[in-house]
Amino acid sequence: MSPEKMVHMANQIATFFKSQPDEDQAERVAGHLRDFWEPRMRDQLKAYVAAGGEGLDDLVIEASERV
Amino acid sequence: MKDFIIPDDRDMGTPAREGAPVTLTIDGFDVTVPEGTSVMRAAAEAGISVPRLCATDSVEAFGSCRLCVVEIEGRRGTPSSCTTPVAPGMVVNTGSSKVRKIRRGVMELYISDHPLDCLTCSANGDCELQDMAGAVGLRDVRYAAPEGGALDNHFEARNTSGDNHRYLPKDESNPYFTYDPSKCIVCSRCVRACEEVQGTFALTIEGRGFDSRVSAGNPFDDFLSSDCVSCGACVQACPTATLQEKSVVELGTPEHSVVTTCAYCGVGCSFKAEMQGDTLVRMVPWKNGKANRGHSCVKGRFAYGYAHHQDRILNPMIRDNITDPWREVSWDEALSFAATRLRGLQEKHGAKSIGVITSSRCTNEETYLVQKLTRAVFGNNNTDTCARVCHSPTGYGLGQTFGTSAGTQDFDSVEHTDVVIVIGANPTDGHPVFASRLKKRLRAGAKLIVIDPRRIDLVKSAHVEAAHHLPLRPGTNVAVVTALAHVIVTEKLYDEDFIRTRCDWEEFQAYAEFVSNPRHSPEMAEELTRVPAAELREAARLFATGGNGAIYYGLGVTEHSQGSTTVMGIANLAMLTGNVGRPGVGVNPLRGQNNVQGSCDMGSFPHELPGYRHVKLPEVRKIFEDAWGVSIDPEPGLRIPNMLDAAVDGTFKGLYCQGEDILQSDPDTKHVAAGLAAMECVIVHDLFLNETANYAHVFLPGSTFLEKDGTFTNAERRINRVRRVMAPRNGYADWEVTQLLANAMGANWTYTHPSQIMDEIAATTPSFAGVTYDLLDEKGSVQWPCNEDHPDGTPLMHVDGFMRGKGRFIVTEYVATDEKTGPRFPLLLTTGRVLSQYNVGAQTRRTANSVWHGEDVLEIHPHDAENRGLNEGDWVKLASRSGETSLRAHVTERVAPGVVYTTFHHPDTQANVVTTDFSDWATNCPEYKVTAVQVSASNGPSEWQEDYAAQAEQARRILPAAE
Ligand code: SF4
Ligand code: SF4
Ligand code: SF4
Ligand code: FES
Repeated sequence: MSPEKMVHMANQIATFFKSQPDEDQAERVAGHLRDFWEPRMRDQLKAYVAAGGEGLDDLVIEASERV
Repeated sequence: MKDFIIPDDRDMGTPAREGAPVTLTIDGFDVTVPEGTSVMRAAAEAGISVPRLCATDSVEAFGSCRLCVVEIEGRRGTPSSCTTPVAPGMVVNTGSSKVRKIRRGVMELYISDHPLDCLTCSANGDCELQDMAGAVGLRDVRYAAPEGGALDNHFEARNTSGDNHRYLPKDESNPYFTYDPSKCIVCSRCVRACEEVQGTFALTIEGRGFDSRVSAGNPFDDFLSSDCVSCGACVQACPTATLQEKSVVELGTPEHSVVTTCAYCGVGCSFKAEMQGDTLVRMVPWKNGKANRGHSCVKGRFAYGYAHHQDRILNPMIRDNITDPWREVSWDEALSFAATRLRGLQEKHGAKSIGVITSSRCTNEETYLVQKLTRAVFGNNNTDTCARVCHSPTGYGLGQTFGTSAGTQDFDSVEHTDVVIVIGANPTDGHPVFASRLKKRLRAGAKLIVIDPRRIDLVKSAHVEAAHHLPLRPGTNVAVVTALAHVIVTEKLYDEDFIRTRCDWEEFQAYAEFVSNPRHSPEMAEELTRVPAAELREAARLFATGGNGAIYYGLGVTEHSQGSTTVMGIANLAMLTGNVGRPGVGVNPLRGQNNVQGSCDMGSFPHELPGYRHVKLPEVRKIFEDAWGVSIDPEPGLRIPNMLDAAVDGTFKGLYCQGEDILQSDPDTKHVAAGLAAMECVIVHDLFLNETANYAHVFLPGSTFLEKDGTFTNAERRINRVRRVMAPRNGYADWEVTQLLANAMGANWTYTHPSQIMDEIAATTPSFAGVTYDLLDEKGSVQWPCNEDHPDGTPLMHVDGFMRGKGRFIVTEYVATDEKTGPRFPLLLTTGRVLSQYNVGAQTRRTANSVWHGEDVLEIHPHDAENRGLNEGDWVKLASRSGETSLRAHVTERVAPGVVYTTFHHPDTQANVVTTDFSDWATNCPEYKVTAVQVSASNGPSEWQEDYAAQAEQARRILPAAE
C-alpha cells in the first residue's frame, strides 16, 4: 500500500475516535487497528512510524505502539 | 423437489382482511372469517368457488362483471359476492337457480364478443374465461348478426363489410409479454393491478361501455413507450390470453412448478418456476412468498434468459499467462492446475499470500464453503466479499449501536408505518417490490421524507409525493443526520421513556450535549449540506412526532468516507424517537444483491467467523477448530482493497474469486487491474468471461440459481430456499466446484447435498441453530435468529431489549471527505443503478432488459450542461484524478446543479475508472458516491476505453478444443 494511502486511512480512524468522549482514545484506535488491519498492514504502519511517521496523526503514532 | 408440496395458493377472489371474527352460513355450512371479508372470500374459505371474472385476490373487488352474484336471505336482489362484506348470521346461497340463470346470461354476453379459438389460444388450459364458461354451463350463444350486417365485435380482423374499426392489432412492443386487445373482456384487473400492486398507474380504461379498451399510457403510446416498468403484475392478474407471457405463447402451458427465490436483489422474492420437464416456461411471483407477497419486478420475473445465453462458458479453462489464449481442459486438469499453483505460491510466498472473494450472489452454503476453504485449507483469514463494497459499514455501525448488524424489521412492517425516511436509496429502481409496498402504504396516508442528492422517482410520482425532499450535497450525510437529531433533541421531541429504559442514559446525555451544540443546527449545516434549514426542521419534527417512524437506507449512506458514521447516526435517530422493537418502525438497510445479508452472516469477512464473531476470540475459534480439525489464524485477514494493495506490493499472489467481477464493480479500475495483473494465479468462478477473467489463469464455469439447491438470506434476514429446477449445464453446482477445489488442495470434504452444509452452519452458529432444510420446507422461510429461543425465527429484532443490552448513542462528528471539488474537477459524481439492469449487468445485459437501458448515460443538470455547451445525447468525457471515460449525456433536473450521476452496468463505460480509492474510515467500503469530476465534450470513446476493449478482446480468446 502506498504510504500516502496508509496515512490517509490511519488518520481517518484517528479522526473518528478523537470525536468520541472516550477516556483512552489511543486504545480505541489501537483496538480498531488490531481488529481490522491485517498484520502486514500493521507492520507497515509500525515501520513507517519508526521511520518518522510523517503526516500521521499523533493519536495514530501513540496507538501504533500498542498494535 | 418431489418431496416439497406447494401449499395452497388458490385465488380467494378478494384480498384477506384483519378484524374480529364473523360467523355466517354459506350453502348450509358455517364459516368464520375476519370482519370486512367479502362473501366471495368467505365462500372460498369454506371450499366453495363462486364464479367470478373481474375479481382476483391481488386487488380490491370492483364489481363489474356480475358473474359472482349470490342470494342472501332477507336481502333483495342478487348482490355480487365480491363486493358484499360478510355480516354476522348472514345466510348465503351461492347456487340458486336464479343466480345460475343470471350467470349464464352474463357469460353468454361475454362470449358473444370473444373469438372462439380456444384450441389454438395461448391461454388454453390456463384461462379463467374458459373455466367460467364451463362452470356456468354455457352451451350456446344466441346472439346473431343482423341480416346483411355483421355482429359488432372487437375480435374479427376483417369481415365481409370491410375492416372492423373496433379491431386493434396485438401490441408486441414489450419484449416479454403481448397485449392482444381482441381477447380482452375489460375486467380492469390489469388496471387495478398496475395501480394497487405495482403502483405505477401505467394503464387506464379508455372509453365507456362497449367502446372501453385497456390502454397503456397516452393514445399514441404502446406498452414499451408508456410508463410501464414491465413488472408483470397485470399479466398475472389478466384472466384471459390478452396479457400473456411471450414464453407461454412460444412454449405452451407449464406442467409442474417449483418454488424458488430470485437471484437478483436483496428483496428476495419467492417465485414459482413453472416448467415443462427441464425447460423453464415462466417465473411467476409466489403469493405465499413472505418478502414479496405475490409481486415481483422485471428482473426476477422475466430476466432469466441469461442461463441459456450463448456467452455462457460451460467448460473449465486454463492458461499459463494472461496474454495467452484460453485452453479448454477437463475439470481434473483445471483443478489440479489451480491447486498446484496455489500451493506453490504458498510455499514460496507464505501461507498468507493467497485468498478468496466470496459472492453475495451465491448461496449461503457456497459462501460458507468458500470462507471455510480459506480458513481450513489455505490456513489464513484472507476472505472477503463484495459486501465490503456495499454494506460493510452497516455491519460496523449497527453492531456498535445495537449489538448486531441485522436490519430490524421484516418487509411487512412497512404496512404499519406512519412516517418513512428514505435516505441514500432509490427503492423504485434498486428494490422495486419493496418500493411497491411502500408506495401502497404512502397512498394510504403515510408520510415520506426523502434524503438524496437526486430527485428520485419517489419524490414525486403517480399518487405519491414526499412531504419533504432534502437534496443534500453528496458527502454530507452525517451533517444532515446530526442536524435532524439536533432538532429532535433541542426541541425536546425525543422519547425519554424509551431512552431511559432501553439505552445507556449516560451516553445519551453526552450525545445530547454534542448534538445540541449550535454548530449542528440546520441553519449552520445548511452551508455545507445545501439543505434548506426550515425544510430540515420540518422533516425532523414530522419524523419525531408523526407516529411509527421507519428508516430505510441504501448504499447512498454506506459508500462514503463516513459511511459507518452515518449508519450510527441513523441508529441514533431511531433510538431518540423510540422507533425500535415493534412493527412499523426500525432501521432497515436495503441490501443490494440477493445474498448480501447471507454472505456477511456466513463469515465472509476477514475478521469474523460465521455469525459475526471475531477471529481473535479463542472460544469461537475453538468451535470451528473442533468442527474442521484445523487450527485457525487468530489475526484478521486482508479486505478486498488490502488484497489489491498487497498484490501490487508483491505479497499477495493468488485469488479464488467466486461469482464476482471486481474489475468492473470495484472502484478505481486501474488500481484493481494493476493488482490483478500482479497476481500469479487468479481463479475466476463465474457464468461468463467477465471483466476480471481478463486477468485470470483459471476459469471454472459456474451454475445459475436455477441449477442448484441452497438458500439466500434477504434484507429482512429471511432465509429462503433456492431449489434446483434443471441440471447444471456446466456439470456441477457451485458448492461442488468449491469442494472439488478444496479436495484438490488436500482437504477431504464429503458433502453430497447443500442441506449438510446448512447442518454444519446450524451446528456452529448460534443464530442459525434451528435452521434445517426440513424447517424451511415446512415454513417456507424463516428469519434468523432461529434457535431454541426463537424456533420460528425472528421477524422483529430488539423487541424487549437491544442485542447488546443497552442501546448506545454514538457521537457523530461530520468530517468533510478529502475528495473535494476544485477548479480542475468542479462537479461531484455520484453513482447508482436502474431498475432493468443488475449490478455489473453480467446477467441482465444478456437478456431483453437491455431495451430499457442499453448503455450507461451521464445525468447532468441543464445549467451545468449549458455552461459546457453540451446537449442531450452528446458524447462527453468524464474525468477525475483517477481516470477518464466517455459516455452520452442526459440533461435532466433530477440532479442538482454541481452534481452528475451515472450507473455502472456496462463494461464499455466502466464508470469505475473514474471513482477513487478513498473509503469508509472503519471498513474500507469505497466512497463510490462522491468523486470530484470534470465533464467536457468529446468525440467518442476515450483512449483508455479503446485500449481496454482491445485488451479484453485479446484476453478472451479461446483456443479450439484439441480433439
Ligand atoms: S407490467 Fe407492471 S407496470 Fe407494466 S402495465 Fe403491467 S402492471 Fe403496470
Ligand atoms: S387485459 Fe386482461 S385483465 Fe386487463 S381488462 Fe382485458 S381481460 Fe381484463
Ligand atoms: S430483483 Fe428484487 S424485486 Fe425484482 S424480482 Fe428479484 S428479488 Fe424481487
Ligand atoms: S367477480 Fe364479482 S362482480 Fe366480477
